[in-house]
Amino acid sequence: MSENHLEKIAAGLVERAIAAGGSAADVIMYEADEFSTTVRLGKVENLKEAASRALGLRLFLGARSATAFSSDFSDSSLERLVKRTLEMARATSEDPASGLPEPKLLGAYAGDLELYSGDIGELSPETRIEMARRAEAAALAADPRIKNSEGAWFEASQGCKAYANSLGFSGSYQTSYCAISVAPVAQDGGMQRDYWYSVARRASALESPEAVGQKAAERALRKLGARKISTCRVPVIFDPETARSLLSHIFEAVRGDAIYRSASFLAGKLGEKVANSNLTVLDDGLRPGGFGSRPFDDEGIPSGITPVIEAGVLRNYLLNSYTARKLNLSTTGNASRGVAGPPGVGPKNFYLVAGPQTPAKILQSVKSGFYVTDLIGFGVNIVNGDYSRGASGLWIENGELTYPVEEVTIAGNLAGMLNQIQMVGSDLEFRGALAAPTLLVEGLTVAGA
Amino acid sequence: MNRFFLERYGLTQTDLERYLAAALEEGGDYADLYFEHTTVSSLLLDESLVKTATEGISMGCGVRVLAGEQTGYAYTDDLTPEKIIKVASIAARIARGPARVSRLGLAEASPTNNLYPVALPATDCDLAEKLALIRRADQAARAYDARIHQVRVTYGDQIRHVLIAGSDGRVAGDFQPLVRIGVFAIAQENGKFQAGSSGGGGRVGLEFFESETTPEHFAREAARQAILQLEAREAPAGDMEVVLGPGWPGILLHEAIGHGLEADFNRKGISAFSGRLGQRVASEICTVVDDGTLPGRRGSLNMDDEGEPTKRNVLIEQGVLKHYLQDRLSATILKSAPSGNGRRESYEHIPLPRMTNTCMLAGHEDPQEIIRSVKRGLYAVSFGGGQVDITNGKFVFSASEAYLIEDGKVTAPVKGATLIGDGPTVLTRVTAVGNDLKLDPGIGTCGKNGQSVPVGVGIPTIKISRLTVGGTSLKQLQAFQ
Repeated sequence: MSENHLEKIAAGLVERAIAAGGSAADVIMYEADEFSTTVRLGKVENLKEAASRALGLRLFLGARSATAFSSDFSDSSLERLVKRTLEMARATSEDPASGLPEPKLLGAYAGDLELYSGDIGELSPETRIEMARRAEAAALAADPRIKNSEGAWFEASQGCKAYANSLGFSGSYQTSYCAISVAPVAQDGGMQRDYWYSVARRASALESPEAVGQKAAERALRKLGARKISTCRVPVIFDPETARSLLSHIFEAVRGDAIYRSASFLAGKLGEKVANSNLTVLDDGLRPGGFGSRPFDDEGIPSGITPVIEAGVLRNYLLNSYTARKLNLSTTGNASRGVAGPPGVGPKNFYLVAGPQTPAKILQSVKSGFYVTDLIGFGVNIVNGDYSRGASGLWIENGELTYPVEEVTIAGNLAGMLNQIQMVGSDLEFRGALAAPTLLVEGLTVAGA
Repeated sequence: MNRFFLERYGLTQTDLERYLAAALEEGGDYADLYFEHTTVSSLLLDESLVKTATEGISMGCGVRVLAGEQTGYAYTDDLTPEKIIKVASIAARIARGPARVSRLGLAEASPTNNLYPVALPATDCDLAEKLALIRRADQAARAYDARIHQVRVTYGDQIRHVLIAGSDGRVAGDFQPLVRIGVFAIAQENGKFQAGSSGGGGRVGLEFFESETTPEHFAREAARQAILQLEAREAPAGDMEVVLGPGWPGILLHEAIGHGLEADFNRKGISAFSGRLGQRVASEICTVVDDGTLPGRRGSLNMDDEGEPTKRNVLIEQGVLKHYLQDRLSATILKSAPSGNGRRESYEHIPLPRMTNTCMLAGHEDPQEIIRSVKRGLYAVSFGGGQVDITNGKFVFSASEAYLIEDGKVTAPVKGATLIGDGPTVLTRVTAVGNDLKLDPGIGTCGKNGQSVPVGVGIPTIKISRLTVGGTSLKQLQAFQ
């Protein structure tokens, strides 16, 4: 189905909702082809292929609203959908902040964001399987202690998204995505697993399967012989992967819905210094080929660039039109919506701007400390900033990585941690919508034996 | 049971046989069809306003072909014969060579127990009735204490019709209701904010919320936790004695033991429990079961998502590892009996070995005595999520309500903290098991390989002689030593 065709169905459903008595309405639609394969120990383990589509309707009756979704686009099904949504809308509360965005704000970025590439579709299933096989083979060949693997994966998807509302906006765009990943298991007495991956919106931008496999092997190997350490308070270095998780907590803390509910440690801090002055965080919807890039958000607001933290000062929350109205601010174009339910708040390319120090320089600055490579668990409380997660990584002694460490936790408070980021690395790389470089943070408690 | 798909989509036995034949046209050992029709509805109450009502239907068919250890899978959300034949042919590509399936005579499996005999599924109840429930929760949370500043109540229900037809001749259907309420409260005092949450549900109708497990009960529980956190002090950091309260803390079993016993990881030799059947992995006062047959529980099923009746599987018996959790593929490869643990999130997903309700059986000790036996330690009664690294066995689970134990008495509440341990050894340090087995309230969801399924846990009060507590306070640690 073409983009245009999806857009027409969306606009048609909006019209139908208004004709049935809705005072306003909007529709979001997705259509996607999905492919994934798992290769394990050289053999194809899984091969999965599918096409799917779905739409979500939001209908307003003045200040009341309801939503419904379906994957059945037949006339009779859409008729029922509208009728049912109308009935539900009558039962909800009047919410003065509800409604579509202001008409004058609607629009789409006109330039090419490079969100779609036809080269992914041109890869045959055999080529895709071969890329996974090569990644795993490279990991297995890296060292005799790697004899097993959880598998290697190649995934690809191509899709189209359309949005239309009763203010006359309609738009659609195509996206594509592909990824290679591999999870080798290193064995030497104990077992350790790790993984590595490469993702891109075009096949030609993927790293070589061999490079991905080699990196995955190195990550698993360096964990062998891991031990517990004694409880201590030391400087902690987050590698770019774990630093990205810290950034995800910052995102959770600046989303408008957490702010208006007082459910964030950053609520009420606009214009205040909330982080060390070496910290700048941007939300950029316009990076070419970015995983968080898009011409317009899921309410028809054109993408732009929002400074979130500038030199440690909190400049903006991230908002959709609902949370903007709740806070008497303007939407930042961060509406994000699946087919089920109303728009929430999602990141565009949300990243921490690279700093001056190379990762090697940061490491050299630490006499003894903990270099974190893995974090597990959900021990993060955005309401008060309390932070406590399971960690593993490597011990730092005199500026060098020494032995691997496991079965410890790191704990602190996010509000304090943001102010104790002593160094920001120069190694920023985008491997998803969120990205951060290496970070050195002081004041964390490492709990162990 | 199968009448649903016959009536709604005209799906007959002849159709099923034709689709299975298409799935096996390139060869293969086995094929199955998974038809699903799920209706969901949800409500959100926030700031005392019903802000959202949502309803939707997802339906489709997943076709799977097994050839040796290989799986071909394809699905469609369009249940027309042409589309199903097409996806069957795509799934068939995994196999090369003659089909090793001789006959396709389908026979409907005899009905299993009905573990969820719900007279009127919540999905079919009036919206007004559901709205009344969430409004009651909102009012009760706000009435609990003047310091309750924000309340958010979520409600969700679903009905899932499934029909599974396998090339071994089995046809099995089920009708699976599920309902859940969640309450989130934020307390405020002197500019400080703290959160609490609670909720419950199961494969039950709305009558579940009529006595004991009322909306008010969950609301007061969420509010109580939020207020309690206002006075919580820093959690201790380091190794110490830990007592887990009964119920939800059973998430320990789910993370430390359950995932590591899923047969896919074990047949691949990548679990910390691989090759350890018959070995001691817990102290002998520990017996752990995974039981998919508990009536009305969130993790229960009449049959798994491969049509296999669920069971009560003993995982650890008096400390000795007895069984892994199997799906069809792993059971075939390991030449083991199926255990009824092949589950999938939806028709879009390949079945995997998954848990149902994972519980430790009750012991003999008085819970109060267990607490009295601890000189310095942590008493943890409520948890958020957890996670495990299957391969090295290290797991975490995060306490959301915990207290210090000092000289055998529960004293000050402490802030949330993550507890970390080693799956294959943590239960060897269980030195006391209480007589108070309790199941969780029915809100657990487990994620694996991107698939979420509803699960349950249960545990009596237990004492673990040493576990690492991930707090921030070094001072308290020193006081402990």
